[in-house]
Amino acid sequence: MATFKDFRNSIKPNWCPGCGDFSVQAAIQRAAANVGLEPDDLAVVSGIGCSGRISGYIKSYGFHGIHGRSLPIAQGVKMANRDLTVIASGGDGDGFAIGMGHTVHAIRRNIDITYIVMDNQIYGLTKGQTSPRSDVGFKTKSTPEGSVESAIGVMELALTAGATFVAQSFSTDLKELTSIIEAGINHKGFSLINVFSPCVTYNKVNTYDWFKEHLVSLSTIEDYDSSNRMMAMQTLMENKGLVKGIIYQDKVKPSYQDLAHGYSKEALAKVDLNLPEEKFNQLMAEFM
Amino acid sequence: MIDQLSWKVGGQQGEGIDSTGEIFAMALNRQGYYLYSYRHFSSRIKGGHTNNKIRVSTSETRSISDDLDILIAFDQETIDVNVHELRDGGVVIGDSKFNPTVPEDLNVRLYSVPFTEIASELGTSLMKNMVAIGATSAVLGLPVESYLEVVEEIFARKGAKVVEKNMEAIQKGADRFNELSGGQIDGFQLNKADGKKRMFMIGNDAIALGFVAGGVRFMSAYPITPASEIMEYLIKKLPEFGGTVIQTEDEIAACTMAIGANYAGVRTITSSAGPGLSLMMEALGLSGMTEVPLVVVDTQRGGPSTGLPTKQEQSDLMAMIYGTHGEIPKVVMAPSTVEEAFYDAVEALNIAEEYQIPVILLTDLQLSLGKQSVEPLDYSRVEIRRGKLNPKEELPDTDDKDGYFKRYEVTEDGISPRVIPGMKNGIHHVTGVEHDETGKPSEVAANRQKQMDKRLRKLQNLRFNVPVVKQAPHEEADILLVGFNSTRGVIEEAIPRLEADGLKVNHAHIRLIHPFPADEMKSMIDKAKNVIVVENNATGQLANILKMNVGQHEKIKNLLKYDGNPFLPSEVVMKCKELV
Repeated sequence: MATFKDFRNSIKPNWCPGCGDFSVQAAIQRAAANVGLEPDDLAVVSGIGCSGRISGYIKSYGFHGIHGRSLPIAQGVKMANRDLTVIASGGDGDGFAIGMGHTVHAIRRNIDITYIVMDNQIYGLTKGQTSPRSDVGFKTKSTPEGSVESAIGVMELALTAGATFVAQSFSTDLKELTSIIEAGINHKGFSLINVFSPCVTYNKVNTYDWFKEHLVSLSTIEDYDSSNRMMAMQTLMENKGLVKGIIYQDKVKPSYQDLAHGYSKEALAKVDLNLPEEKFNQLMAEFM
Repeated sequence: MIDQLSWKVGGQQGEGIDSTGEIFAMALNRQGYYLYSYRHFSSRIKGGHTNNKIRVSTSETRSISDDLDILIAFDQETIDVNVHELRDGGVVIGDSKFNPTVPEDLNVRLYSVPFTEIASELGTSLMKNMVAIGATSAVLGLPVESYLEVVEEIFARKGAKVVEKNMEAIQKGADRFNELSGGQIDGFQLNKADGKKRMFMIGNDAIALGFVAGGVRFMSAYPITPASEIMEYLIKKLPEFGGTVIQTEDEIAACTMAIGANYAGVRTITSSAGPGLSLMMEALGLSGMTEVPLVVVDTQRGGPSTGLPTKQEQSDLMAMIYGTHGEIPKVVMAPSTVEEAFYDAVEALNIAEEYQIPVILLTDLQLSLGKQSVEPLDYSRVEIRRGKLNPKEELPDTDDKDGYFKRYEVTEDGISPRVIPGMKNGIHHVTGVEHDETGKPSEVAANRQKQMDKRLRKLQNLRFNVPVVKQAPHEEADILLVGFNSTRGVIEEAIPRLEADGLKVNHAHIRLIHPFPADEMKSMIDKAKNVIVVENNATGQLANILKMNVGQHEKIKNLLKYDGNPFLPSEVVMKCKELV
């Protein structure tokens, strides 16, 4: 049995001291060990940006792709080998700006992977520009007079896109975050986990203290039922999206892999590639 | 008796013009004739003129013909647009419903047959196509029974009654034509064919079949003309082998998903046309940089931008060779026949895995969609080679301090051992960032140079079967004709005509576009006074590539066509004569 230490390597992350991403990395390592994975059972696929570096900091198979495309790559990995646990990860720019098209379609496609977004509401690696998660009025290098575009309510959007697992967490709540990631890995279908992971260098508004003040834990809401989509939507809207916990989970809907017609139960990567001659002749005869 | 003729059916899109041509061609293919078809269509589903031109021959043919023997018209527009293509003494059969007329100055024979009326009398006007096929049979002197097998197959699901009605429509069409013409007319009777069984397929079918035979088990793609048939075939067939196809949200997802699946060890492809390839360019660079095998089909169509989506062009050449920023090793291969398209599809998969690179399988609309008779394919030529992919599930311990596998180990041939996720002791990192031997990001100058050299070294010893198809009977030729993709047939047809005029003509059809087979082309060019490069684009891209790799600019001349239509043999002949 692997422990979280087995998911560590010797690389020192190039994140700023105090960056929220350190905890997200630790939570992924702990969750992987807690659900019983070995490092070679796991593939972490990441996008581009500060948080995109995470695939190199976890000892597992890692694929650091291109900006905004962690989800299609991760879905391809999972389709090729359904025995692997696949985690896609990246920042809010990666997932909700350049990669938003993929995010929405990955949600509705419902392939059994876990998507962890490190949401800091700013572009960090390019030194502080606005993100689709930045609030109206937020001043950045690219919005010196304050952002005039609305922030995307990604949790609400995920619900309308047909998500089967929607959760939000905060990087300092290592214990809760770890258990949500475990639940995401165990969920049979696509799980979206948005993690508020403050940028200590470029976002002086949405700080650790700001989140502590504004985030509402779903565990404090009486009779909150995460299987109730309507309640999930209403709670999100009432709290301007600033909630944490498992917001919604559909435990009934089968994953894409279970619905795809003819899709092999055995990992495709292990299936014999050779086409028998008789079958080949049959395929040719269909054109005659 | 004749050995070949051309037949065309035309009308409004959505009127069943394609299926009319299809039934006619399939029936003749079954009798052992060689068929070659060209569809004129627009980017819309209903309305607008469309036609399907089919050449029938007793010997192999890979080009449309200059003229036309028989024109079947479902509207006057079909006659107006196509009548000038008819040969002297050609036949027009029009639906009497629209009172067909032909220009008086043309020597063509017009027959007005009540296609719609006969069909309606039999129950539904939809069968007017069958009446037209019957009239065609009468012209050709083919027994109506020739169609029975095909009609039975097409309408089997609808029951014996429907089959019977359709056969009756064919019979009535033939009878009516004979009444009008007073029996068989001269000059249209085909010699008997060899009766051999051949496939009747488009290039996209052959490519898709090649992928199934070559071990593809997953595909991610986005629909586009003229590539969608590849995806549609795999959607039908892959589930039989446990595989599947995902229709993605766009071509960026299609390409990156294919990269993810290839990385994880499944032979995965994607296919598209120019606009899709433009979107895939960044991902091609990722495949090159991460050394993840990838095969992408580009079915060229008229560009730029949306261009001429349903028309022939060969203008993606430069984009395919040079596309993606930075420098990666890449192979661009260009089959020139449907048979080659099949074998090349298999080989593209092997090359991608052996060299761990992206491979572009380039076709053009006419090769991808031109339906034709194809000899049975050779199963024994299908082989699966996966190069340095480690087949074991467990690897020995590594000496890396983090236990990482050296996925990008610097080797003599530049190709590193490859493992896939899930293997014990195979953990490594893959990134589009420059990296060291275990895949960890590295900006160290010496490492950068080593890894760049390693990647680019992979293609130095590329083994490629027949990079140039050569027909070079002359040691000193007046003309060397050079082409790629679907122009092969038209060039082959032009050559005997040029030779009949006393010109000595050699032919080189380039199948490996990149890395360019410079040595082979140089020896061909040395033997020719003039080099004429035949290509469907406006800037002479292949000619420029030739000049860049071989020099001898003064000899190299352009023969270009970019109006959306494939070359006719007569155009090649005429322009060659002008150029020399």
